[in-house]
Amino acid sequence: MIPNSDLEELYQQVLLDHSRRPRNFGELSEADATEAGEKVVKVQGDNPSCGDEIVVSVKLADTGLKLADIKFTGQGCAISQASASLMTIKTKGRSRAEVEELIAAFHDLITKQTENPPDILGDLQLLQGVWRFPQRVKCATLAWRALEQALREGSASVVTTEVEG
Amino acid sequence: MTSDSVNWEAVRADFPILHQEVRGNPLIYFDSAASSQKPRQVIDALTRYYEHDNANVHRGLHELSSRATDAFEAARNKVAKFLNAASADEIIFTRGTTEGINLVAQAYGTRYVKEGDAILLTEMEHHSNLVPWQLLAERTGASLRFVPVLEDGTLDLSKLPELLTPEVKIFSFTHISNSLGTVNPVADLCRAARAVGAISVVDAAQSAGHLPVDVQALGCDFLALSGHKMCAPTGIGALYGRAEVLEKTPPYHGGGEMIVSVSLHKSTYKEAPHRFEAGTPNIAGAVGLGAAVDYLESIGRQNIAAHDGELVRYAQQRMEADVPGIRIIGPRDRSGLVGFVMESAHPHDLTTYADRYGLALRGGHHCNQPLMKKFKLPGTSRASFYFYNTKEEIDRMITILQEAARFFS
Ligand SMILES: Cc1ncc(COP(=O)(O)O)c(C=O)c1O
Repeated sequence: MIPNSDLEELYQQVLLDHSRRPRNFGELSEADATEAGEKVVKVQGDNPSCGDEIVVSVKLADTGLKLADIKFTGQGCAISQASASLMTIKTKGRSRAEVEELIAAFHDLITKQTENPPDILGDLQLLQGVWRFPQRVKCATLAWRALEQALREGSASVVTTEVEG
Repeated sequence: MTSDSVNWEAVRADFPILHQEVRGNPLIYFDSAASSQKPRQVIDALTRYYEHDNANVHRGLHELSSRATDAFEAARNKVAKFLNAASADEIIFTRGTTEGINLVAQAYGTRYVKEGDAILLTEMEHHSNLVPWQLLAERTGASLRFVPVLEDGTLDLSKLPELLTPEVKIFSFTHISNSLGTVNPVADLCRAARAVGAISVVDAAQSAGHLPVDVQALGCDFLALSGHKMCAPTGIGALYGRAEVLEKTPPYHGGGEMIVSVSLHKSTYKEAPHRFEAGTPNIAGAVGLGAAVDYLESIGRQNIAAHDGELVRYAQQRMEADVPGIRIIGPRDRSGLVGFVMESAHPHDLTTYADRYGLALRGGHHCNQPLMKKFKLPGTSRASFYFYNTKEEIDRMITILQEAARFFS
């Protein structure tokens, strides 16, 4: 069979590696918020059309202005798992403003052809191939939508909500 | 059983959509369990209806209205014969299986199911034969019970005596599982239901177009089917209801077509089936369903079942022999579909991969989330066959699956 360049761009070895050995895999609990101004927020993301599930937990510091820690658990396809894994690496330790900038840049990257992706994306550019597979955008954004929701809900001490991907 | 008497190549030629390339590869359509393709005969019947006979039914006194009415009622007769119903009055046109089951749950269920009663289902039901009963249970205070599914994908019938007790008012189950391919012993289940005074409801979405279905031989009270899975257009289906049960079932939707007389505070309703068909029906859809029934009868459902069976056995054997890391889910003895998981690839990734080579598979939970949970699967990939598919297409699928196994490992 003739190799398909879209598939090769989408499923690069590094991406498959992230999906098989996801980084920052796990959950944070209330006990992880030890300092004043810290809180842990958990959001479950579901993709009802395919059954993928992800739980993103974040520790917000500086009364919500900084994403001090982030982990995820869940199961799903290579794209949703690798996207979540890369997301945790790229967002951990960043300010809220930077994370919001990343979310927007990432969304652009996977939904339209991008000539010069912004540097801030770094390794997230691995997921650029998704734009050629509109049916898979939901997989790539599942964890991100949960993160967005977590940022919005940085008020209560432990919040568990659900979003649909 | 062989299907040699049919010229399958000529049959395949009846389906215009199959003769195209997808992304530079010949289309291989292995998703007929989700929706089948339509033969030219059905497409032509729709065109003919719209170009010559279209009007509202049962209303006008003019020529076109009587032609439309005749075509609509002729389709009802065809469906009745197709299912061997005792009378065409036992056939209600619906939008599909989902609406058929909702009709039974809402119209019959609301009247006859009370708090303390039970509704018996199985663990392999499609969401459309689960959620309507959950809603009914919530409304009435009845409880739901489930016949378990065994590891091999068949029903655990040893549990039936303790589950099917006199509290059960409705036993609703699928004829063929859309994810496992299991063919359930419908006649036995209907007989068991009747023995405790429960009515039986059969989900025939996956069976009606694939094997002979005889409602009298099965002994069911209701049976629901979807036209689009048996060569007819989308948006049309049928619900069979045994006359005796339909007679005592109150209306479903209210509106025109279903009434005898209406005053401001009260109406009287027509007999079945019109009592259950409020509003202008999907007339063209019914005409298309009638044409699909004619088409399937011209091939013969015995022949279709035999052909599906040959394909699925061939696919199963080649997948097991020639594709590394594949596990087939469900019983050996199956209808024309095969659900499987590949060690190295999630069903979605595999489906995306296959699509790039023109192969249409379904990947996911197949509207069987509880069943997938039970088997601890994130979902499966499914190849489903119909009589227009060929062994050559299966050979091409095997090559694609082999390449995918390499690609993702
Ligand atoms: C076993 C089974 N039941 C019910 C349905 C629902 O059919 P429809 O969506 O046509 O109403 C399906 C279709 O996917 C099915 O496979």
